[in-house]
Amino acid sequence: MKANQKGVIADITAGACLHNKFMSMGIYKGREITKISHIGLKGPVAIKVGRSVLVLGHGVANKIGIEIHD
Amino acid sequence: MIKKIFLVGNPNVGKSVVFSRLTGVQVISSNYAGTTVEIMRGFLKLGEQEVEVIDLPGTYSLEPGSKAEEVVVSLLNESTKNEIAVINIVDATNLERNLYLTLQLLEAGLPVMICLNMCDEAKHHGVSIETEVLEKIIGVPVVPTCAVTGSGIKTLVEKIKEVKIKPRDKSSHRDRWQSIGEIIEQVQRLTHRHHNLREILEDASVRPFSGALIAIAVMFSAFKIVRFIGEGLISSIADPVFVNFYQPLLNKLSLFLGQESFLHHLLIGDLIDGKIDFKQSLGLLTTAPYIEFAMVLPYIVSFYLVLGLLEDIGILPRLAMLLDNLLHRIGLHGFAIIPVLLGLGCNVPGILATRNLESRRERFIAATLISIGIPCVALQAMIFGLLGGFSGFYVSGVYVVLLVIWIILGVILNHTTKGYSPELLVEIPPYRLPSLSTLWKKLFLRIKGFVIEAAPLVLLGVLIINVLLYFKLFDLVTGIFAPVVHGLFGLPKEAVVALVMGLFRKDVAVGMLMPLALTVKQLFIAAVLLAISFPCAATFIVFFKELGFKDLLKATLIMCVVALLTGTLLNFIIH
Repeated sequence: MKANQKGVIADITAGACLHNKFMSMGIYKGREITKISHIGLKGPVAIKVGRSVLVLGHGVANKIGIEIHD
Repeated sequence: MIKKIFLVGNPNVGKSVVFSRLTGVQVISSNYAGTTVEIMRGFLKLGEQEVEVIDLPGTYSLEPGSKAEEVVVSLLNESTKNEIAVINIVDATNLERNLYLTLQLLEAGLPVMICLNMCDEAKHHGVSIETEVLEKIIGVPVVPTCAVTGSGIKTLVEKIKEVKIKPRDKSSHRDRWQSIGEIIEQVQRLTHRHHNLREILEDASVRPFSGALIAIAVMFSAFKIVRFIGEGLISSIADPVFVNFYQPLLNKLSLFLGQESFLHHLLIGDLIDGKIDFKQSLGLLTTAPYIEFAMVLPYIVSFYLVLGLLEDIGILPRLAMLLDNLLHRIGLHGFAIIPVLLGLGCNVPGILATRNLESRRERFIAATLISIGIPCVALQAMIFGLLGGFSGFYVSGVYVVLLVIWIILGVILNHTTKGYSPELLVEIPPYRLPSLSTLWKKLFLRIKGFVIEAAPLVLLGVLIINVLLYFKLFDLVTGIFAPVVHGLFGLPKEAVVALVMGLFRKDVAVGMLMPLALTVKQLFIAAVLLAISFPCAATFIVFFKELGFKDLLKATLIMCVVALLTGTLLNFIIH
């Protein structure tokens, strides 16, 4: 997924605890997100979910599968 | 009958500002998630009755993820439901995400009202929320406020009595988001606007290249400004006051007491070339107040002024993203940069702020690295005083050595400490223009905290040293440690006193080095060693409280080893 691209969350492969945290922050299946940027060398990813900007560590970001339309 | 009011909400929605407005109790608030790590209590007059108001750390949900969040959940569960009111503080600019917690609070059957905060900012963002409709849909009172300016707070207080238990059926995560979507559709209107300068900057500061440039520029200028203001305050205010107004008084006292008396030794200290020397005399009325008020306090003021600005603008969480990679290598994640930066002011709030890190392993690594590798502002000010007279090379040298130690130690701890370190998952707040009144209040609180905490300890420290010196009791200790300090570190054996004293209070310790007439190399090594050892007695106490005796012992051992290795190494490398 490239910067400034939009996509829909297709699947999340996380344990119950992280899953809950994702949920409470508005990251769930079917949600549309926009990627803002990422830092190279397995660095974190910044995404926009609704009106908030979230930063996810590389490993956390890897657990979220995105379906890109367009 | 309401006996307690809880302020509950997502991180960084302004709970602490509302708390200050309700109770008049001043608390520190900043523009990032997790400023409040301790539970704050205050009182609000509700009619005839005094009600306790409790400011809780921010939480995204009632399923706790970090220690700060656990506290919220257990406190809410403990209380009797008809004796409390929960004010759910909601960020109007981000209603959707905030409502998740709101629904959970309602599902839990708690008496809730909603404080729709940051309404002014929402307007700027082109977000308008129909309060009445929202009130009707969720069935509890909704009050729009702007806590920073205080608007809406009066109505908020009036409506506290109208809190209602409006039970909703427990629902699944998906259903909750579904209902939120429906609510948002009915109450929120967005006006589309073009990207403005602030948003362009916001985006630029989380992109790798532009972000790094911005971060380096900000940190570099922050450091320069701290030194500029600090030095300015010292040379234009603190020093002149001490020399022109205070010294003449002391001269009279010195004559009156007579140089040989015990009291003279205690209060004035030794005369250097027949005169009082604020840096070297080591008296309760000379060196002690000079260290605190003319050497350290100016830097406390300038450091916290700059830190407050950075905090309120919202730069720190962006640094967290940029540094995530590096911090990952040492077993932390990017957000740990916030406790570290706070630690540069004083290690105590730094260690307290590690509560925002999720795992115990992370907290141990962060707290150990802060107490060993991060010099507090009091110590830094003294290092500037001690080494500033020589070339800038030495001052920056101390920072370089500390940074190297910090990274090496971090990597080692990462490989040896058991447990897991979770990854970064944090919200980045928008850039905000700091409010001057918040900034000023915060600065005042921190300075007050420093003076109350440090001044008595410094006086006590100087007193103890003076008595011990007078009765020559130090010779015993110096004798024991002399082989290490002299043989390995290349320091004169009198420096033992300063190093031991350093565990009690750093500024006093550096003050004790000044009369020893050390060479630059010796000063440099001593400064590094003092920086490595725990900053003060208070750090030991807070470390113990936060992480327990075993971890404190571990960290102390690590500190001793690091100090021993570094001191010896520096002594043999530097010529």
